[in-house]
Amino acid sequence: MQIELNGERIETGAASLDALVEERGHDAGSVATALDGAFVPRPLRAAAMLRDGARVEILSPMQGG
Amino acid sequence: MFYGTDLSSRLMLGTAQYPSPQVLSQAIAASGAEVITVSLRREGREGGAFRDILKAAGRRILPNTAGCHSVKEAVTTAHMARELFGTPWIKLEVIGHADTLQPDPFALLEAARILCGEGFEVFPYTTEDLVLGERLIEAGCRVLMPWGAPIGSGQGLRNIEGLRSMRAHFPGIPLVIDAGIGAPSQAALAMEMGYDAVLLNTAVARALDPAAMARAFADAVAAGRAAHRAGLMPRRDMAAASTPVFGMADLA
Repeated sequence: MQIELNGERIETGAASLDALVEERGHDAGSVATALDGAFVPRPLRAAAMLRDGARVEILSPMQGG
Repeated sequence: MFYGTDLSSRLMLGTAQYPSPQVLSQAIAASGAEVITVSLRREGREGGAFRDILKAAGRRILPNTAGCHSVKEAVTTAHMARELFGTPWIKLEVIGHADTLQPDPFALLEAARILCGEGFEVFPYTTEDLVLGERLIEAGCRVLMPWGAPIGSGQGLRNIEGLRSMRAHFPGIPLVIDAGIGAPSQAALAMEMGYDAVLLNTAVARALDPAAMARAFADAVAAGRAAHRAGLMPRRDMAAASTPVFGMADLA
């Protein structure tokens, strides 16, 4: 299935958001996630199913002012 | 007190634009800042190193919603930040203008109302507008952060009289000058005027020697605060001799 992750189209075998976080090699506790523009809290990632064309954001702490 | 937290350092430091992670660490240490601001972004190349720096620095984190232009973006970013950093604190920025990066007051107020209602402790990036300040407080904000000047401009306090009015108008509310500070003298002035803290980033990050500049700002903020507490003399239009005339010799 093809999804858009952080603005880039990628191919993924992950069915859910938590599987995608793991597939991309992220530590589940050090990222925050959104699906189609809506925040998905950590405990709800497993139930957040991906579909073709889904827009996913996986965000990390970064420099800021 | 910032939402019940007392800070001994009144300098808050941004973590962006430093020439290297090492320099950032040194600047944080030299600043003595107890609060540092961070953002949420798609992870770049130095993401891991940055997390290590945050951990090692051991400072209180104030996540921001920088770059957000709508209520929805800002509120969603705040939710993500609360989960990631485990803090109810959020520096709420809703940008309204591309050139000045001044806040969109209408979206800011709406986002503040939503977030305060959800238990966030909101630090709104605002202007010196008194009515907007009052509305933000009605919405639940217990801190206001007026700009000194446009973000990253280094112009200092562009509307000193307006900022004086704001200080006088909100005697019981912690006020932080956020954005536009370019030099330690400007930070000292804000503190002398009775502001509770100063938040800055570019002036330190873009200095030739960021750690040394961070120290200079720490000294300036401490001096300005001490001066405010000591009570500044009233300004006069005319001279007033400080040396007594009594006892002066007749040498004419």
